[in-house]
Amino acid sequence: MMKFIHKTASPPYFYRLSGLWIPWLGAITLLLLIAGLYGGLIAAPTDYQQGESYRIIYIHVPAAWMSLFIYMAMAAAGAIGLIWRIKLAETVAVCSAPIGAGFTLLALVTGSLWGKPMWGAWWVWDARLTAELLLLFLYLGVMSLYVAIPDKRVASRAVALLALVGMVNIPIIHYSVEWWNTLHQGPTVTKFDKPSIDMRMLLPLLIMAVAFKIYYVWALFLRVRVELLERERNTQWVKELLHQSKEA
Amino acid sequence: MMSLEVRDLSCIRDDRILFSDVNINLFSGQLLLVEGDNGSGKTSLLRILCGIRLPEQGQVTWVRQSDDQKSSIAVHGQESYAGEMAFLGHLDGNKLDLSVTENLEFSRSLALGNNNTIKDVLERVGLEHFDDLQVSNLSAGQRRRLALARLLLSGAYLWILDEPFTALDKKGIAMVEREINAQLEQGGLVIMTSHHSVSFDNDKVIKLSLSQ
Amino acid sequence: MSQGSLSRVFLALLKRDLLLAFRHRAELFNPLLFFVLVVTLFPLGTGAETRLLQTMAPGIIWVAALLAAMLSLDTIFRSDFEDGSLELLLLNAHPTSILVLAKVLAHWLITGLPLMIIAPLLALFLGLDQDVIGLLVLTLLLGTPVLSLIGAVAIALTVGLKRGGILLSLLVLPFYVPVLIFATNAIEMAMSGMPVTAQLWILASFLLLAITLTPWPTAAALKLSLS
Repeated sequence: MMKFIHKTASPPYFYRLSGLWIPWLGAITLLLLIAGLYGGLIAAPTDYQQGESYRIIYIHVPAAWMSLFIYMAMAAAGAIGLIWRIKLAETVAVCSAPIGAGFTLLALVTGSLWGKPMWGAWWVWDARLTAELLLLFLYLGVMSLYVAIPDKRVASRAVALLALVGMVNIPIIHYSVEWWNTLHQGPTVTKFDKPSIDMRMLLPLLIMAVAFKIYYVWALFLRVRVELLERERNTQWVKELLHQSKEA
Repeated sequence: MMSLEVRDLSCIRDDRILFSDVNINLFSGQLLLVEGDNGSGKTSLLRILCGIRLPEQGQVTWVRQSDDQKSSIAVHGQESYAGEMAFLGHLDGNKLDLSVTENLEFSRSLALGNNNTIKDVLERVGLEHFDDLQVSNLSAGQRRRLALARLLLSGAYLWILDEPFTALDKKGIAMVEREINAQLEQGGLVIMTSHHSVSFDNDKVIKLSLSQ
Repeated sequence: MSQGSLSRVFLALLKRDLLLAFRHRAELFNPLLFFVLVVTLFPLGTGAETRLLQTMAPGIIWVAALLAAMLSLDTIFRSDFEDGSLELLLLNAHPTSILVLAKVLAHWLITGLPLMIIAPLLALFLGLDQDVIGLLVLTLLLGTPVLSLIGAVAIALTVGLKRGGILLSLLVLPFYVPVLIFATNAIEMAMSGMPVTAQLWILASFLLLAITLTPWPTAAALKLSLS
């Protein structure tokens, strides 16, 4: 089992495999995005309370989900990298951070856009938005730590450690912020037993969520490949690759 | 009997391969002299051997062997040397605002310990008249001597010394050589780097040359 | 390694760090001075209206304490890193996490405890109710060790860097938020006469969690910083 993992996680193997996957992932992301956006922005009915402005949830909610999901993925990859010293896992953790920060920023901006018609202000200190802002700080901390440490191998292990510490703290931070202020709407989507939103509204939301997930994998693969080439530039496989591409 | 086994060690720093496929077998009573130009990775090798730095590849194993028992410990694992190794790096590790004796008292509580008393080791390194002085008042050579006194208190089997002769005068160098010989005779192991030429019995010395 | 020698080395390190702090006692007042200065700035910035200051007092004192704690973090490992004694702390038979705990305790006694002692004075400056001053001190007693423990992880990650300043605040402050929220919330609730046992228990559990969970990442981070 471990042997299989180490083989799959070896940089040259991953590089070759991910190269085959990338076009497909990109295409699927694009298709799902078109379907989800059409469903959400055009096909879904108008909300009787919030009018058209609710449609921003098709970006906001999946982005907010992704912001947490990617942090978890980053911490998990970091833990694997720290424990089994798998380089690929370290790289995945490092490369996840900017994507996660991007989604967090997207969630913040769309949340603020949504807030203007809802609450009449671009920013309110609502619990979820505040937690999201703190999450952005956590991502920025991870990214700046990586940049600050010159030895990239050491830097990625430091990042992994920080991501793990952050993972333990995120629930605590979220819970604290909820305690501090509970103004936001309750979570409506997870109540599947008694769906409180229309299926035509829900379906595009789920499609968008899947689209964002696949986008993450796609963007992650692209980043990891570049990072691997950069880090392993002295190894045999990168030199061979370079040689091949020059001949072609 | 103790020994240190190093297998296929390699080290990369800032994208440069410092060394690769280093293999070492060092046994009780032997000294490993690591040689190489500036920047050849001597310090990195020593820091990997003492467990501070992770190697890019390879294993370092510390083996304890008695008549009927043998136990091996991965140096980069949880247990590491468990105090059986003492390291002297470029930095002396002294607290400047503590006195010589206070420094050694603290080191003693950290170490496994042996029969040497603080007074004893201060005499051996030639600091017996400075025991109450704050380290900030000592010269660089004297501070190095204090660091060596710590080594003598440690009770460690394996000494890893990075340029132990730095800042020492002739007498100091002779003193360190004497103490290293004593350590080897007691069945200890020593790994060191040095720019000075050293005089030890040739049958005890293993040389490792790091060169590109 | 027996229990006895572990507690002996814990005490030896604690004693060493306290002795070193005592020999630099002039520096002991720096975080304290900072704490007082920041609190003094608020009335000057917002106007000295009694009601306003009263409502803001818990927040002001705690934010100032947070910043003072953060600024003093650098001293936990810096000098040990620079003179090489940090290597010796990592390379011995004792678990690094225990040694880390001793160092953090020493650091808290030097920097956190004085904040607690001066806080009642600042509470008077800001016109905080006399009844809740005891509670303020209690929240500081429970909260500031958490700040030191969490800060130790961050400072261990950045001790090897030449310019860790801003980075440190980014690493540390988000993690300080829960302590800030529950501590100030407790004082506010008490000011309006509500029970605060829940908040105090939560702060106490943060402290226990921090004591048990932070030493090992700190130890791991120190090792990374030395490599």
